[in-house]
Amino acid sequence: MEALRAKARELLESRTVQVVVGHEQGSVPGRPRPVFVRKIEDVDRLVAGEGGTINLAVYLLKPEVQALGRPALVADPAALRTVLQLASENQIRDGALVALALDDGRLTELKDLAAIEAFVAERPAGLPAEDQQRIAEIEAMSREDRWTWWLEQFSRCLKCYACRAACPMCYCPRCVVECNQPQWVPAAAHPRGNLEWHLCRAMHLAGRCVGCGACARACPVGIPLDLLTQVLARQIEADFGVRAGTRAKADYVLASFRTTDKEDFIR
Amino acid sequence: MADARTLRRESLARWFEAIRAAGRRILAPRARGDTTAFEEVTAPSEVAMDCVQTTLSPKAAVFPRCEELLRYERQGKDLRVTDPPLQPPETVLFGVRPCDAAAMEVLDAVFSADPPDRFFQTRRARTTVIAIACTQADAACFCTSVGLSPGSTLGSDILLTPTDGAGFAADVLTDKGRRIVELCPEAFGPAVAAQERRAVLAQVPVRFELKGLSDRLAALFDREELWVDQSLRCLGCGTCAFVCPVCACFDIQDEGTGRSGARLRCWDSCGFSLFTLHASGHNPRHLQSQRWRQRVMHKFSYAVGRLGRIACVGCGRCSRACPADMNLADHLQALAEAK
Amino acid sequence: MADGFEPRLTAFVCNWCTYAGADLTGTSRIRYAPNVRIIRFPCTGRIDFMLILKAFEQGADGVIVSGCHPGDCHYTAGNYHARRRWMVFRRLLDFVGIDVERVQFAWVSAAEGAKWAQLVNEVTEKIRALGPLEEFRRLPMPGVQPIEVM
Repeated sequence: MEALRAKARELLESRTVQVVVGHEQGSVPGRPRPVFVRKIEDVDRLVAGEGGTINLAVYLLKPEVQALGRPALVADPAALRTVLQLASENQIRDGALVALALDDGRLTELKDLAAIEAFVAERPAGLPAEDQQRIAEIEAMSREDRWTWWLEQFSRCLKCYACRAACPMCYCPRCVVECNQPQWVPAAAHPRGNLEWHLCRAMHLAGRCVGCGACARACPVGIPLDLLTQVLARQIEADFGVRAGTRAKADYVLASFRTTDKEDFIR
Repeated sequence: MADARTLRRESLARWFEAIRAAGRRILAPRARGDTTAFEEVTAPSEVAMDCVQTTLSPKAAVFPRCEELLRYERQGKDLRVTDPPLQPPETVLFGVRPCDAAAMEVLDAVFSADPPDRFFQTRRARTTVIAIACTQADAACFCTSVGLSPGSTLGSDILLTPTDGAGFAADVLTDKGRRIVELCPEAFGPAVAAQERRAVLAQVPVRFELKGLSDRLAALFDREELWVDQSLRCLGCGTCAFVCPVCACFDIQDEGTGRSGARLRCWDSCGFSLFTLHASGHNPRHLQSQRWRQRVMHKFSYAVGRLGRIACVGCGRCSRACPADMNLADHLQALAEAK
Repeated sequence: MADGFEPRLTAFVCNWCTYAGADLTGTSRIRYAPNVRIIRFPCTGRIDFMLILKAFEQGADGVIVSGCHPGDCHYTAGNYHARRRWMVFRRLLDFVGIDVERVQFAWVSAAEGAKWAQLVNEVTEKIRALGPLEEFRRLPMPGVQPIEVM
């Protein structure tokens, strides 16, 4: 933590960055919250991010945060994968930020995308065991039970879009659900509208989700919607050999193809 | 006209049975995984009595997440437009907190503005509010800062105050409340001494000065840096507005095909980026700081002028549910103390 | 399985191959099951995955999606993109408990009039055996069923 604060002080003093996006103590002990440190005297507010529920990379594309100037991003591995994925989608330019990677309490300064790529490559992110377990339990259900289970989960959905707001990859200035010519995805929180929203969102994130889990943590009613994107991420890796958040230059999996893509269900 | 009695915990089951036998549904806090919401219950054993506050508020009972305003159906060459049958069941909201009961009065004020909203009013007329005073509070609660208290009777038809492990003091405050008590009068006994009750109520520290707050906030309207600083971490979702027992902004959505469809009303939030997007493309609140300011000003300043009351009851749900920890009481304290 | 149940199928097909192929079926006077409503797209690459869901919501018991064979797409690569999309979407449908056997995919060229007839007949019988799609009855449609969510 001292290393982090010292580095933040150094970056701000040298004007290498104008804001350090990190964590500070929150309202609930053990649950730090985002902080945007611009003044040297505020550097001591920075704390380690364990227990934080937000993927800080979500702030990189917000105009309000971009207006503050060049950022240093205190990043866990998921946030670093996010930066790479955003770069591969041309949303972040090389050198636009300094990443302060925090892994196991150790701090590493990553000055460009190549450094972030190398760092991430050393820490392959598989699906956490807990998620694998939950997915296995759902897949073990009969198809009818799965449908009933998911409808029950979606029935709690309020359409608050906290999942969308917390997701760094959901950066469309006008989301599909906010278009009403036609209203392709219903905005209202009824069973059909909820199902369509979650399936549509999962598909729009297919091949882009880096598995940070911020969406599920943000959901006020506890819907495990990260499982939807995780299942697709696994399928995409198996079918097409690609995973989001590994390279700064990568094609979007659903906007590219190989003539040799193999499936077993098209007659 | 308040009528004071006692109610033993063991009698709750009998009372619930009588209420249901009289054709009323009971909505009470129920746990679903890690969250709690007001759902139908058949017995007191199903009620999550010990939570400080539910995740979702009881406003859905009178202002649903999604409801029909009208339906249409094509019949040959004609288009038939009908009102959906508005026959909500007689409902007892049990285990509401005093802050939520007070919130009902704010909603009453919002929905009785001209023209009166018959959808809300029909449901409201058929809803009886039984509140349970708070013996515990957490750091997110701030009812005492907005003129309420853990034992407030505002908006309740019956207020139950836990006296000891065995029962409640029951204040029957309205005719509606009396009717529900009369469904099972044998469940109730004579009144208990007032002092006993005050001792068990939660202590909720006052976080900011309410007097003059709405004017002070109005004076801060142009202090952009304050609003920007507070809202930098806000993600612009609708969680705070949706879990709030008072927030009542709504969206109208027309859904259907050429054959049939409906006009629906559903919850909306001033925090959404496109909430104020005009048809011209102009958006007067295109920054989150402007939307955050709107939220605070509407609830704590404009509402005072328009409804004669603060549009916040200090329940703390927004702070607990917010994914970015935008603690409302903290922010208000900072604003109240701003130079 | 209900007696006398006639499956309702919706087909999303590309203009250049499958739609033309279905035309050929007709001009060749090949008779096939009348259970399908055919919807024409310029290319399978244009078929939004949501359309499959919406077909089910509006009463379809089964969906057929068909276009040019890989390598033969009129727009060069549309069907390759479609293929990837379907591989991903199918997984999602299965995971949430929708029977993926109710969505059948095929490559039917403009010359394959017989294949189109065979495809529709086979899918019709498959869906007949699966029975009417009941799951989506739990999703009320506006103006048809009441919608109120507390």
